[in-house]
Amino acid sequence: MKLPFQSTFFMALGLLVAVLAPFGISSKFQLDVLTLIFFTAYLGQSWNILGGYAGQFSFGGVMFFGTGAYTSSILLSSFGLPPIIGIFAAIFMGALLGLVVGYLSFRSGLRGSYFALITLAFAELLRVLANSVEFTGGGVGLFLSYAPGLYNLQFTSPTGFYYFSLILLVISLAIAMWLEHSRFGAQLVAIRENEDAAEALGVDTLKCKIYAIMIMGGMGGAAGTFYAQKYLYIDPPISYSIALSVEMLLVTIVGGMGTVFGPLIGSFVLHTVNEIARHFISTPGLSLIVYGFILIVIISYLPNGLIGLFRKTQKNKEDNDA
Amino acid sequence: MFSVTLSLLPAGIINGLMFGAIYALVALGLTLIYGVLHIINFAHGAMLMLALYSAYFLFKILNIDPYISILIVTPASYVFGYTIYRWGIGRLSGGRDQNILLITLGLSIILENSALFFFTGDQQTISLPYSYESFDLGFLYLSYPKLISFVASLVICVLLWMLMTLTDLGKAIRAVAKERDGARLVGIDVEHVFAVTFGIGVACLGAAGCMLLPIFYVDPYTGNMFVIIAFTIVVLGGMGSIVGALLGGFIIGVTESVGGLLLGESLGQIGISLIFILILIFKPTGIFGSKV
Repeated sequence: MKLPFQSTFFMALGLLVAVLAPFGISSKFQLDVLTLIFFTAYLGQSWNILGGYAGQFSFGGVMFFGTGAYTSSILLSSFGLPPIIGIFAAIFMGALLGLVVGYLSFRSGLRGSYFALITLAFAELLRVLANSVEFTGGGVGLFLSYAPGLYNLQFTSPTGFYYFSLILLVISLAIAMWLEHSRFGAQLVAIRENEDAAEALGVDTLKCKIYAIMIMGGMGGAAGTFYAQKYLYIDPPISYSIALSVEMLLVTIVGGMGTVFGPLIGSFVLHTVNEIARHFISTPGLSLIVYGFILIVIISYLPNGLIGLFRKTQKNKEDNDA
Repeated sequence: MFSVTLSLLPAGIINGLMFGAIYALVALGLTLIYGVLHIINFAHGAMLMLALYSAYFLFKILNIDPYISILIVTPASYVFGYTIYRWGIGRLSGGRDQNILLITLGLSIILENSALFFFTGDQQTISLPYSYESFDLGFLYLSYPKLISFVASLVICVLLWMLMTLTDLGKAIRAVAKERDGARLVGIDVEHVFAVTFGIGVACLGAAGCMLLPIFYVDPYTGNMFVIIAFTIVVLGGMGSIVGALLGGFIIGVTESVGGLLLGESLGQIGISLIFILILIFKPTGIFGSKV
């Protein structure tokens, strides 16, 4: 793929700053917030691939995260498999779940609101299952032991998790950039714009959508391992939380759907808003109330997200110049 | 062990029917809104939660019996629904299906977390003077609150059906549902009818909330549970079908109750999500529906 020199330069600069950031930031708390921003941006990007590029909104994106978290955690606690290998099992299980859910729902032609709701139902189903069967630890959840080391993807300092999340983020950005320049990405966009027309032009829409949800699933799976190793505890409400499903779509919509940097921008803005809100009032629920308002405002007035704001002014400038 | 479970089966079924009537009422609001406006109101559960809290505070502060509160909460819900559609959802969405879904999602987040913010996350229940009195059916004791809720839900369903079939308003609503441009041409104020329909849909929740409170609990997340249940009933019965919603409500109520009996409380909940997924995959038009 060919990228213009300018954007390559800025991306390299951004990456350099991100890599060097831990040396400049002494506060563990700030580094933790950055880690969270990258992690949410990564999850948002996974949602963006199916929701933003292919136009298939899911309300249950958390199911891949939860399944990945359980996969690597169970492999670790029951079979002693180190998470550095377990994360690949998590990716595999996430993608496999994506295949199953995608095949079942896309094959029967579910679109729009119906698809959104069926993913929600799958996430709920998995939550109830995880709560009821024995090998997940049921409602008690799974505790992982603290044994720092690259092997276990656990780190003594926040810096380690910061780099872990940065690597995930860079991979997700690379996937999105690949989509922007590949035939597959173009096919997804064609499906989003007009599925029937895409089908008529010979795009195998079913296959493309299933691939997209599998990529989403794999990415979500890895995120699950990250979470489990960072917090060392998972249970069904955490692993299959509706709130996380919402957060994934929220950061993407706020930043800009179907764009490479939308989820990162959205995640950055929302987490900053959240930290500021928390600074003033620490009652639970407040930041989410703000999120809800932001979602409605963005959908109503900025359908292309914050990134669209920037692009619009740029485009206006071009129009004025011409 | 199994025979004990089996002997509990009739009780389970009756219990399921009792809850099913209230589920039907919740689903009725959803299916009505869908049938006329062709939108999916994701905030349906959150609005039910709001109705439950309204009934709760009317009882706690003014000591009004929840069954009397129906007369207060239902009209208030109607006004709330009318307003929020006419000056909120309808204006903001620009009419796009996915936008409406996301806006109502945003609305549900706001309502849920406002409840968390103002009322805390504690579960609240109420106890009525006649909470523990019951009616002997021979093979089971039926508590009065459940019985009253059951009958009242059915009455409201019938009233709604009469409104839709026998009145001019019902005729206008059906006209808009079938052919909105045609309805506009013959002089029906379509935007008004949309808002009225949305209001009626939310009013169903107002009534359902009052009837649910004496036999259930309320916390900021109560609505979440009912979102999946209501959507399951609506797809089961067919989007937009009143009879379908009623029947679907009973089927889901019984499935949940009997499922809980046979599989245990925790795993029993699986039945609903599973039914939802299976219907969407194999018969997305539902039992009574004709189109997706």
